[in-house]
Parts: sequence; structure tokens; C-alpha cells
Amino acid sequence: MSLTLRVNGHDHAIASDPDTPLAYVLRNELKLKGTKLGCGLEQCGACAVLVDGKPVLSCVSAAETFSGREITTIEGLAHTETGSRVQAAFVKASAAQCGYCTAGLVVAVTGLLNGNAAPDQAAAIQALTPHLCRCGSHPNVLRAVEIATRGK
Amino acid sequence: MSLDSHPLISDWLTVRNGRLVVHTGKVDIGQRISTALAQIAHEELSLPLDRIDIALVATGRAPDEGVTSGSNSIEQSGHAVRCAAATLRQLLIAHAADLLGGRASDWILTDGALSGPGTNRPIPITDLIGGIEPTARADPLAASLATSLARSLAGPVAVPEPAMRGLPDMVAGRHVFVHDLDVPDMLHARVIRPPHARARLMRLSDDSVRTLDATGLHLIRDGSFLAVAGTTEWDVSKAAERLADACTWSDNGGLPEADVFAALTTGNATRLPVVDGQPDQAGGIPPPLPDPDHTARYERPFTLHGALAPSASMATWADGKLSVVTHSQGIYPLRDSIAESLGLDPDQVELSHVPGSGCYGHNGADDAAFEAAIVAMTLPDRPILLKWSRQDEHAYEPFGTAMAVELAASLDRSGNIAAFSAEAIGGTHRGRPRPGTGQAGPRNLLANRIRANPISPQPPLPNMNWQGGMHRNLDPIYDVPAKRLIKNLIDDLPHRTSALRCLGAAANIFALESFMDELAGQQDRDPLEFRLAHLTDPRAAAVIDRLADEMAKLPLPGRQGGRGLAYAQYKNAMTRVAICVDLEVGDRGEIRLKHALIVADAGRVIDRNGLAAQLEGGFLQGASWALYEQVDWDRSGILSQDWDSYPVIRFDNVPRMRTVILNQPDASPLGAGEAAPPPAVAAIANAVCDATGLRVRRLPLTPDTILRQALNAPS
Repeated sequence: MSLTLRVNGHDHAIASDPDTPLAYVLRNELKLKGTKLGCGLEQCGACAVLVDGKPVLSCVSAAETFSGREITTIEGLAHTETGSRVQAAFVKASAAQCGYCTAGLVVAVTGLLNGNAAPDQAAAIQALTPHLCRCGSHPNVLRAVEIATRGK
Repeated sequence: MSLDSHPLISDWLTVRNGRLVVHTGKVDIGQRISTALAQIAHEELSLPLDRIDIALVATGRAPDEGVTSGSNSIEQSGHAVRCAAATLRQLLIAHAADLLGGRASDWILTDGALSGPGTNRPIPITDLIGGIEPTARADPLAASLATSLARSLAGPVAVPEPAMRGLPDMVAGRHVFVHDLDVPDMLHARVIRPPHARARLMRLSDDSVRTLDATGLHLIRDGSFLAVAGTTEWDVSKAAERLADACTWSDNGGLPEADVFAALTTGNATRLPVVDGQPDQAGGIPPPLPDPDHTARYERPFTLHGALAPSASMATWADGKLSVVTHSQGIYPLRDSIAESLGLDPDQVELSHVPGSGCYGHNGADDAAFEAAIVAMTLPDRPILLKWSRQDEHAYEPFGTAMAVELAASLDRSGNIAAFSAEAIGGTHRGRPRPGTGQAGPRNLLANRIRANPISPQPPLPNMNWQGGMHRNLDPIYDVPAKRLIKNLIDDLPHRTSALRCLGAAANIFALESFMDELAGQQDRDPLEFRLAHLTDPRAAAVIDRLADEMAKLPLPGRQGGRGLAYAQYKNAMTRVAICVDLEVGDRGEIRLKHALIVADAGRVIDRNGLAAQLEGGFLQGASWALYEQVDWDRSGILSQDWDSYPVIRFDNVPRMRTVILNQPDASPLGAGEAAPPPAVAAIANAVCDATGLRVRRLPLTPDTILRQALNAPS
């Protein structure tokens, strides 16, 4: 039985083995390279995507488990109001250094705001703690959350 | 310096399609050097930033600037680009006057266009650059600030805050890393690693090879170097795991389990005195201080670079040419080392830089590039995208060496330091592949150690450079009448080590700044006052005074809280940084960072946001070293294999941060990427002591270490 995934608002017939982790399908079959792989162990957060609006790590779970769900990748976020607001906030806050963790963080913050329009600092930290940044962009990322939330 | 070997303006600045192209040999590794270089060209030529490109950094095209390391990019590439641009400005104005009349002083440069007498239409400088002799040389004195356009404008100069190049692509997931390359006919590749560095391949089961063939995957074997390649990344990844199980490895005694800190003694070492930051081959070892007032030993374990993205590279062997796309920090030395390893002429090999994640020094980048090249040579005409796994990067990157630092001081009657002794003890910080005699380059590429004709690692030699290796910041920045400084190289530590951000400065400043607090504390003196009593540099005093002002605005630490301070000037010559940390130590020894203040003087500011990001990022990496990071191993191999077994700082322990930059418009700009981590480590250790009364002298400051020390403390 063939697998269909709904990604960024479109249905895609998937040729990869259904047990392939979602991140590999997104990157290699759908050529959506914005979702990064950092560990393959759900420890670093680089591979976060939104599934039905909530952040989910995509490097371990098989693609088939996402059948029937609405997947939004970093590429699709620009077309959502919250996602584009978060992206603009990251730019305004200069919230990246090497940029490898950035897409996952933008996804995480968008997911956070989807579920809580006015998160406090504790909620932001809880949402971001699954994500590693080795360059130390954390202070600017937290500033981006403020900007995305309060518009300043 | 970069300008000596590449003296022409056209080595650094050219025009393409009406846009200015800045050429550099330094690569952007998240430190925003491309943003700063574009800003420098903009400051001298007034051309808007959106009409300035940074050229691809590739061998044969880019200036050879060695390795992007040591926080040197601003002082080397930045200086060269500024000189080239400032000279070019003068030549362009003279050229316009020649062509169109008027005196040079009549011509005005604005927004990248020249306006002069008799023209009512400004001429874009990009149209004029073609008229400048391609052999025109950059004036090495042109960077003197008096000539700078920005400085010639009246009034105070605003601190520039250029937009970070690449950021809009990063937040949209469009920024391309090596890992994202995707070209027709490409094969993915993974390496099957031995269980540890001493193990060698004895046997690979025939069944597994047959299975591989049947599934259309390629097996590449060269001695104990094993890789698998195929069209589907996930299949290749799974096959590599299966193959690892099908291999029989010789153990060769396993990894040595001895306590590394017991091995870090001066008795085991090649010893060299260090004078004014410079090792002295001819000098004898001075005797220890007689009867010092205070002595202490500080220790730092092996640590990882821990790049967020495991290393990767794409290589293609076609028509007698090897092309390699890499995130290496040194494309020219790596090109020569790869060519020599594979019996190729350097002209047959082209390396080009595409970013990986931040690397913080010599990680797996160079090794991955070489391994991709080996696979490509056995599968001609197919681009090979080889990626390390997370476990590969953790267990096989070159670590930052473990170090010990032994300090002693004698005090004068007023309690100030009269004589000071520092001995740094550790392995090498220099494991990069650099061409030289005796296969020096190939010997530092990991795969060469296990290929069919293996070559042994380059034996470490003491780094004799000024402020190099383990003696970086060994010399205290403080004014001390008598100093005894010795570096002690241990050449048989159990792991491969190489350059990790800050080199020896992290351990040396952790030691020195802890020691300064201890000396102040013994005399009930204020730690800042004690430091200032040993500093005559007015810029150091200004940084520390500002820290004191900012500290006064912070709430005082609470019941479980403590406050720690530290000061350092990177290499005793670059960015000055003072740090204050407030933290709390919980009942189980867990440390919560509350506030961090950073005050820095990096000379003239080129990119304020970029500078602040380097300082804050540096603080957090230093905090991560201080609190969490330590490589563990046993006989069977490296146990730090992922982010659970090698924890690092996360968002839940990021303090509130405030960063103050003291701009010095008339001073040279200085790199700052490595300035903050060492004092960050020391300030945290000092704050823990303030909070608990426990002076912890071995990193990391884990709850376990703190509780154990608390139990052993005299009550």
C-alpha cells in the first residue's frame, strides 16, 4: 500500500520505504532540506517539524506514522501568519550564528505560539530546551520569542 | 599577514556583473566574518551592502590565508580587505579626475558612486574599477583610520550594526550546508568505524558482503577503513549499522583506562620555559618559587567540539580531477594533505568551502573530506556525499586535550603578587593536517591511520608560536615583578587531540582567575580591587570599572546564590573581557545560572551585533564547559557517544545576559570569538565558591563533583 503524506498543504505520494524516518523522506524525496539532521536520536531538535500545528522531532519516527496528519516544515511556515511572524522576529533579533539549529528553533517557537499566544519566559524555555545550539545564540532566540509574542 | 602574500587590490576586490566581490581565504563558521568583511568594504567604498558579494572560498581562487582560527580573521582578512578598499578608493578618485577632469579633492564618493565637477550624473565605482591596473597593490598602511571614509565624516561615528548575511535564508530553511547538497547521480556514503581508535578490522563476514551486493550498495574497503555507498541515504545508514555488527575487530589492548590527571605531571613532559608568551628552546627550567604563599592545581578534562551537525563532505573523482566540497577551516592545507595521501598532484585537487554547522576548532571536517575523497576515488564519476553519524562525531572527532595548570605565588608586604609561577601540562592542541616533511599532513588525517598501508599519527611537538597551544594566556595579564612560566607537553595521552576554541587559554584562565580570587580571599580583599592593584593598562581598568558599575545594578544573590568575577585579555593582546556571573547552587549540587554580565573592549567595532553574539555565544560555550562537558571512556571505547552521555548547556540554564561593548573608534579592531569562554569558566567557578565556600579546581562543576567535595570538606 502506498504512503501519502500531507506536507505544507499538499498531498505527496511517497516512494521511500514507509519505515524511513520522516526527516529523510522530507529531505531526500521531497527535497525539503530546511529540516536538519543533527543526531538521529531525538536529542538535539534540529529536525523539528510541525505536525497538526505542534512541534515534533522527525529524525526517528517512521514516515508512515505521519499518514493523515498535517505536516508543516520550515519551508511551509512562511505561508502561515504565526510562522512568518516568528521568522521575522528571528531576523530582527539576529537570532542565529551558524544557523544549523535555527530552522528547528523557528519551528519550535511557531509551535509554542500556536498553542499559547502569550507564553511567559518559563513556557518559552520549556519549549526550547529540547533544542541544542552549540554557538550560543540562546539569548537572541529568547529575544526573538519576545518580539514574536509582543511585537517588540 | 594575509596582505604580504596577496598584495594586490585585485586579490581581495573585484567586480562581477556590476557588483563588488570581496575575496577572502577565511570561511564563515557562524562568526559572521562575511558580514564584517562586507561592512569593511562598505565603510571604505560607501557601496551599499546589498551590492557587495563574498566570493566562494575555493582553492586556486581564494587568497591562501591558511586556517580560519585563533580569532584572527578580522586582523588578517579584515585588515587586508580594508587596505585594499581604502587604496582602491584613492585610485578610483584619481582615475575619475584623470578621465573627467577636476582635482581629486573635487570628487565626492557617496553610496558607491563618484560625483565631480562637470558631471551631473554620479558614476558608480563598479563601472570604474575596470580602469584600475590589475597589478595595483594595496597600500599596507591604508588601513590607518585617518584615511577611512567613515572616520573622515564629521561628528561621532555610529557603531555599525550591519544585517547578518545569510540570516533571512537561515530562518527560512534555505541556507545551504554541505549536508544539503543534492546533485544528479549522487551517492550517499557512511563509514563503519572501529569500536575504538586502537581496534583494527580482522574479518568481515562474507554473508554481509553478499547481502550488500544484492541490494545494490557499494562496499569500500581499504585496510580497516570501511565505507558503504548507495543511492538512498536511509538504506546506506542502515547498512552501515548492519555491517558494523558483521565485523570482527582486533582489540589491541583497548583504550588505556589510566586516570588522565595522574598522567598530567611535569615529570612526564617535554618542558619549555615561556617568556613574554614565547617558548624558549634554549632556556633552562627556572627553579620553583621558594616557599610560596599559595599554590594550587587546576584541571580540565578532555572535551568535545561537539558540532551540532556531524561532519560531512561531497567529493567527486572525474577526468583525473578530484573536487571536494568541505566545511574545513583550512582548504589549502587540507588540499595538499589529501593530494599527498592519494598520490595526486595538488593541482588535481580542488577544495571549495560550503558551511557546516559551527565547529569551534578542528572537528571531523577534514577527516570527513578525506574519507569522501577515498570513496570517490573508488567510485569514479559519482558525486559522493559522505556524512558522519552523531556517534562518529562524538567518538572520533579530535578532542580538546585534558590539561592541568599548577600555580604558585609569593606575596609582597602589601599582599600583592611579588613572584608568580605557572606550569601548564597537557597534550597537543595542534592536530590539523598541515603539509610538511615526513607526511606531516597525511599523518593527521584519521583514515590514513587504518588504511591498508597505515601511517602513524604525527608525534606532537611543542608549539613554539607566540601565545600558541597550551601556553596561550599562561602568562598572567597582571603586572607581576617576577614570573616563572613553563609549558609541559605530554605526548602519550590516550586520545587524539587538536585545536579547540581558545586552546590552552580556557584552562589557564580558569586557573589564573580562580587563583586571583583565592589570593584576594585569603586577605579579605575585594576581588576586583585585587585585580586592579595588578593592572596598569587603562583599557583593562575601564572594562573592570564598567563591570563594577553594571554589577551594582544587579540584585544581590540570594541565600543559595553566589557571585563570581573574572577578567582576561585573549592572548594578552586581543579583546579584553570582564565577566560577572550570579548563580545558585541547589541542595543536590545543581547549578542554576541567573545573571551574566559581559563587558568587552574589542577595539574599533565593525559589527556590533556580531560582536555581541560572539561574546554571548562564547560565554555560553564556556558555561557549558564549566558545568557539563567531559569525555568519558573505558577500555571498550569512547562512552560519550551522544547528547545524553555528553550533556551540554541547554535553554533551561541560560542566564539573563547583559553585554556592554566599549567601542574604541581609534583603536584597531580585534577578533573576539575566543575572548569570552575562558573568563566565563573562571567566573562560574568563582561564583560557586562564593555560594558554597567550595573551591572546585577540576572541571566540570557537576552536582556530583560539588557534593563529593562538600562531603570531604572540613566542617
